[in-house]
Amino acid sequence: MTGPAIPVLPGAADAGASPPVTPKGVPHRGGTPNPTAAALSGKFGAAVHRVDVIWGETTVTVDGARLLEIVRWLHDDASQRYDYLSDVTAVEFRDADQPIEVVWHLRSLPFRRFVRVKVLLARGAPLEVQSVWPVYKGADWIERECYDMFGIVFRGHPDLRRILMWEQYREGFPLRKDFPLRGRFSRAEQLRQALAANPEARYSMEELTIAQAFEDLPGEMRERLAGGEKTGE
Amino acid sequence: MGLKERSGASITTYDPEGQENWVTTKLDFAVNWSRANSLWPMPFGTACCAIEFMATAASRFDLARFGMERMSFSPRQADLLICAGRVPFKLAPVIRRIWQQMPQPKWCISMGACASSGGMFDNYAVVQGIDTIIPVDVYVPGCPPRPEGLIYGIMMLQKKVMAERMSDKRLRNEMEPDPESGLYLTPPAIDELSEPFGNSVNQTRSAT
Repeated sequence: MTGPAIPVLPGAADAGASPPVTPKGVPHRGGTPNPTAAALSGKFGAAVHRVDVIWGETTVTVDGARLLEIVRWLHDDASQRYDYLSDVTAVEFRDADQPIEVVWHLRSLPFRRFVRVKVLLARGAPLEVQSVWPVYKGADWIERECYDMFGIVFRGHPDLRRILMWEQYREGFPLRKDFPLRGRFSRAEQLRQALAANPEARYSMEELTIAQAFEDLPGEMRERLAGGEKTGE
Repeated sequence: MGLKERSGASITTYDPEGQENWVTTKLDFAVNWSRANSLWPMPFGTACCAIEFMATAASRFDLARFGMERMSFSPRQADLLICAGRVPFKLAPVIRRIWQQMPQPKWCISMGACASSGGMFDNYAVVQGIDTIIPVDVYVPGCPPRPEGLIYGIMMLQKKVMAERMSDKRLRNEMEPDPESGLYLTPPAIDELSEPFGNSVNQTRSAT
């Protein structure tokens, strides 16, 4: 094959090149770890398996059995205060020996810190982790999505069912590596199953009743809404 | 009017120059002309095509020139279903229900590559062309089509409406899906319509 030579950009492939950094000088690996990582290692010891710093972001791999305890501590402890769960997701690798990783992205708004917590689920073992729903109520739907796409069971979740795919979906978990991109069934069968669904049966009245949700609001907010207050303009 | 009254006489005369307010025509033409120029679209916008559709309806391209200024957000008062965007399987029963709620006469425009063929979304979640669910009159290609493209499709539909005959009863037959499977087409026909094309032929269909 002939043609113009492709220039080699400096990077890992070029042995003599300096390692890549971001424009603000953050190295790919080995940056300053988040102080939370050291605090976690001190507090939980062997339950913290490893700490990586990648592009300045700290990733803590922890023991799945103690996950809820660790997350609760991160949320409650006055020196951490991770009050915002931005995402729960999972990673499956093409390499069949690599464990599936479940990832929690936690953010501490008061301390402006970010930490990524990972739990490795070994191949062959049941895909189960503890739900962080008791700590973060916002985990409800994102854990449902993670279950829907990867089939990971979150123990302790109040209502673990599919959220993106319909509940009668029988083809498996779409983001798993063994899932064919077009699904397992033929197009006609997929269409038949989809059309057999009743569009109105998808919503439970429980989810839609605003009047009931009103009772769950904080008292102060209930008072304002009951008084007919307009939203700020 | 062409009637002139003369003083002292109650007779009506024919004045050729005054006869401008009536025409003779075929009933087919008159009905089709009024239908074609007052189509009320039901916009079923699910993706970026809906943005182009909104641009088409806005002042620059001005869909109202074609008698479509009245968007019908209720299918029961609509003549034309414009499906703008990809339709996932979860929406398939919804668009089917909307189509069934529309009264005859009704037409359907499939706007854009995704609605017409699934487009680049040849995956587990997206219907490979809405013609596998509902009958389609005009396909507008593009990703998304320009407003000119959609208007051209609408003008093609108007031509199609103008060519219809009231005596042709088949045109107004409601297509009833097979009660068992809920499909209009036979499964082999759907599989053939949904066959991969382009780059997606290189993907494998079977599991592991």
